[in-house]
Amino acid sequence: MFTGFFYKLKEIRVPVSLREYLTLLEAVEKGLANYSVEDFYYLARSALVKDERHLDKFDRVFSEHFKGVIDLTEGMDEVEKTEIPEEWLHKLAEKFLSDEEKAEIEALGGWEKLMETLKQRLEEQKGRHQGGNKWIGTAGTSPFGAYGYNPEGVRIGQDKSRHRRAVKVWDKREFKNLDDSVEIGTRNIKVALRRLRKWARTGAADELDLPGTITSTARQGWLDVQMRPERHNAVKILMLFDVGGSMDDHIKVCEELFSAVKTEFKHLEYYYFHNCPYEGLWKDNARRWNEQVSTWDVINTYGADYKLVIVGDATMSPYEITYPGGAVEYWNAEAGAVWMQRLLDHFDHAAWINPQPENWWRHHQSIQIMHKLMAGRMFPLSLDGLDRMTGELNR
Amino acid sequence: MKFKGTENYVATEDLMVAVNAAITLQRPLLVKGEPGTGKTVLAEEIAKSLGKKLITWSIKSTTRAQQGLYEYDAVSRLRDSQLGDERVHDIGNYIVKGKLWEAFEADGEAPVLLIDEIDKADIEFPNDLLQELDRMEFFVYETQQTVKATNRPIVIITSNNEKELPDAFLRRCFFHYIRFPDADTMAEIIEVHYPGIQKRLVAEALNLFYDMRDVSGLKKKPSTSELLDWLKLLMAEDLPPEALRAKDAKTAVPPMHGALLKNEQDVHLFERLAFMARREGR
Repeated sequence: MFTGFFYKLKEIRVPVSLREYLTLLEAVEKGLANYSVEDFYYLARSALVKDERHLDKFDRVFSEHFKGVIDLTEGMDEVEKTEIPEEWLHKLAEKFLSDEEKAEIEALGGWEKLMETLKQRLEEQKGRHQGGNKWIGTAGTSPFGAYGYNPEGVRIGQDKSRHRRAVKVWDKREFKNLDDSVEIGTRNIKVALRRLRKWARTGAADELDLPGTITSTARQGWLDVQMRPERHNAVKILMLFDVGGSMDDHIKVCEELFSAVKTEFKHLEYYYFHNCPYEGLWKDNARRWNEQVSTWDVINTYGADYKLVIVGDATMSPYEITYPGGAVEYWNAEAGAVWMQRLLDHFDHAAWINPQPENWWRHHQSIQIMHKLMAGRMFPLSLDGLDRMTGELNR
Repeated sequence: MKFKGTENYVATEDLMVAVNAAITLQRPLLVKGEPGTGKTVLAEEIAKSLGKKLITWSIKSTTRAQQGLYEYDAVSRLRDSQLGDERVHDIGNYIVKGKLWEAFEADGEAPVLLIDEIDKADIEFPNDLLQELDRMEFFVYETQQTVKATNRPIVIITSNNEKELPDAFLRRCFFHYIRFPDADTMAEIIEVHYPGIQKRLVAEALNLFYDMRDVSGLKKKPSTSELLDWLKLLMAEDLPPEALRAKDAKTAVPPMHGALLKNEQDVHLFERLAFMARREGR
């Protein structure tokens, strides 16, 4: 009945199973959908989607699949859609722009920044303009103007929207920010990191072991109280953070990651480095030149049972990794790759978290080199990426 | 048997569809949402509107699935055996019924069973309850008896998203995510709780409230339950609506903000913003 819809959901990776599909059919058969599209939407959502992260994807598929039906039955209340849907723009951008161009445009700043700049430009600009790549006009690469190719573009002077269509509940896409590839906050990170827990009982025996007491009492014939140590998280983490330079763009999300990690693990050690770890690491950025710790000392201090997590964008000149003396700030006698290898040889469980979006990685040679060095254990800084990382570290 | 919200609870269309689907198909309903959006209250209201008994099982981090079924009180049996009590010969005397058992055995109409904050428990907890919730029966090893639900209870499960729930468990549930209500629904909710509250006061309070939620950097955004508490305070103090509107002056930190901001850092953030606003005003 809705098999096509079901398979589309599967395709876009909403975890649906046959059981849920049958539940939906059963519900429809019992007349729960009331023969209205809206009720059917609510019912299908409730039966098929089990996590708010997938609600947005579901809305998109629903809108796409049932478009014809809805247009026929209740496409009456047309609502002006005031902006071009974001994914439509992305698609367009993918078609026409290279990734470098996209990165450049993104670098102009987010939406708000764009509006601000726009205001400025409008004030600066006097008179009509066409072509070029700064002023507002038509068919240029400036983010402002109509029919342009900027993914964050703002439409001006296009007297009506080219996309008049009904906005139904699923088209509003109110669950957009719940998609796990979008928003990340301290609390979410903590939840993702919980997977890394490794419970162990060590230390003083100060908890009553009830089952133990019962067994032992039964065996002995008198009350034989058994104690055991309290359970706690025994996982040990060593984190290396890349700071400065290109990492400044990712500072907020890294702060969140750091504060989440700091409260989540008892055995957590952290050091900073710049671009690529070399012979020295430091704990305090203000005194990084005076208080460097030798990387050898770090390797020798923390046992192989520590899990190594490196956070960095790995975006640099390839020479900084592969050649002695490649470091940007000082002369390094041995190449970054050598130091990376030493770290990886010592710490069996290691992962690299990269705040750059995953689909850009292949465009940076340095990221590819690092990816290879890490033997593929590089993960994006998204909830999904952290999940994969904890899985990898737990293996 | 249809749930349509109650005079105390404003249910949105999608929530009603989800609840009715869960009731009709006799599957558990999993409810998630921001804290304070009325997840727990939902179960109470369903019970009230359908005229059923509510059994609440609040989950803690130490709760095990077995505790919901039954517990074998070995310690008191041991004590009784040492004192030579006659009760000791019947093991049934030491079986303590759990909430699930209670719900299965309820006479007459099936009750509403609320499993509150299931994510607090251990990661394996939901898996341990799969069969029991699916077939609504379980086996007591100590007495070799099978407990089966006479009427399948309506099961409402709430989660605050602290842990991922296992897929096998999710597959058996209906799911609803309570979104934060929009301004209209919010006005409706307030009308239900404090009928006749001065219209202008509510309008001003709501404006202020949504402004506050928009301030970035808050550790915990104020939610519905906090808004209701705040309004109660405002009414008790009999504040005029104008007091809320004086946004630019010294009072940029709203009156009675203690009910809305539960975090010292958030209050500080607001005081700093107020200070900055004052300087700009000069």
